[in-house]
Amino acid sequence: MIVARKLAMDYGSQSAVISDVDVEIQTGSFVSMVGPSGCGKSTFLRLVAGLRESSSGQLLISDRTPQQCNLRRAFVFQDPSLLPWRTVAGNVHLPFELDRELANSTTQPATRVQEAIRLVGLLDADANKRPRQLSGGMRMRVSLARAFVTDPQIMLLDEPFAALDDILRQQLNEELQRIWWQRRWTGIFVTHNVSEAVFMSQRVLVMSRRPGRFIADLTVPFEYPRHAELRADAGFAKLTGEVSRYLRQAAGVDP
Amino acid sequence: MKPIALAKTTIPPILTLVAVLLSWHAAVKFWDIKPFLLPAPLDVAHAAWNKKGELIQATGVTALAAFVGFVASLTFGTLVAFGFSQSKAIRASGYPYAIFLQTVPVVAIAPLIVNWFGNGLHSVMIVSFIVSLFPIITNATNGMLTVDPDLLDLFRLHGASRWQVWMKLRLPNAVPHIVTGAKTSSGLAVIGAIVGEFFVGYGTKWMGLGYLINYSNGQLRIPELLASVIASTLLGLSIFGLMTLLSGTVLRLWHQDA
Repeated sequence: MIVARKLAMDYGSQSAVISDVDVEIQTGSFVSMVGPSGCGKSTFLRLVAGLRESSSGQLLISDRTPQQCNLRRAFVFQDPSLLPWRTVAGNVHLPFELDRELANSTTQPATRVQEAIRLVGLLDADANKRPRQLSGGMRMRVSLARAFVTDPQIMLLDEPFAALDDILRQQLNEELQRIWWQRRWTGIFVTHNVSEAVFMSQRVLVMSRRPGRFIADLTVPFEYPRHAELRADAGFAKLTGEVSRYLRQAAGVDP
Repeated sequence: MKPIALAKTTIPPILTLVAVLLSWHAAVKFWDIKPFLLPAPLDVAHAAWNKKGELIQATGVTALAAFVGFVASLTFGTLVAFGFSQSKAIRASGYPYAIFLQTVPVVAIAPLIVNWFGNGLHSVMIVSFIVSLFPIITNATNGMLTVDPDLLDLFRLHGASRWQVWMKLRLPNAVPHIVTGAKTSSGLAVIGAIVGEFFVGYGTKWMGLGYLINYSNGQLRIPELLASVIASTLLGLSIFGLMTLLSGTVLRLWHQDA
């Protein structure tokens, strides 16, 4: 379980990015976070990843600090962030080269790379292509494969589909929640897209304007695996409406 | 490069050359310009033919000096950039001197180099090295620093060491930048070698193009002077062509390397 108590973070002299963040995220659950731009959603992900340090409060992952925690975490960024000089397979293989523990515990990294590439819907023939030979959607799939290849226990997704067109985004939403349903890592998914947040997750957390804290926690009751038709469901529309209302409130559009 | 693409890049400059030579010849004949002011292209060609042995040897010597200067710049410049990329403090204390190196006029330091290191090929190489160093340092430093911050986070997430970040991220990221710097630097290395030769004698046995230019000028042998200038230009041109070919190959490999 990931637990935050009175968690706050600021960059030196600047005003706080997040403050008073209280949240509990169950192991194996999938939550989405929405909120106005710059409210600290990405900062929260980076704190969980152990990439930044909080300035006060507490953040524990399975009762350990993010730095001490030995659960495998994967991070998917808004941009695919691939190494242009490497092939698809070379990019997906990268974590095995950097993480010695991971390399020692993996008997056949090449097989794992191949499986990850297939899992995200790429063809074996794509493995030897360079990122610049791929479309934006395919590059994002490579980025996902690089995250899945380590078989992570916690998956941190920072607006991974923001730059994609809507149909591609929906398609990747469907594939990603199906993969989650099979594997049950703990997922934290940051997005600006309300429909995406509801479609993917079991819970939607709404964050306030900077300094960010959580102002709403909505449960999404729909069964998994979810299908495209869900988006046309009346209950789905009601829930997205509700999330949007909180979001408008958070952004200060509504009183 | 494909033959057609090669033709497209080589034919236009050749046509320009022919046009310049023709108008040069016409101008000399039309205004009856004296040979010690401007000899006709054929006179220059004649002088070049008569002195072909010396010219070829001088071009070879200059090319050697420029090559060594350039390779030293490439190696040392990348190492300096590696140092600069390590910390802001190192960069802040070293970078002004890299700029100083760039702004100090080469004609002013060449005599100093001779004074310090003596006559001979090695002093020419040093001048060539100093003149061609700056573009490598700036481009390589830039390439090592302009790394996607998300990628730095990714490397940190997987517990990458400083060395891994450098070898697997910063250095490969800098390759296209270094290639760009190397193109500029190779041209400067030739200029540096020729300027160096103005001030540095090689002794009695051999001489470089810069020495030949200086010597012909002193003797008012204008056709020889022009022949040496043209040889210098051809040397610079072939080095530029070689670098363009080489950088294309490097960049292709860079994108294909798994």
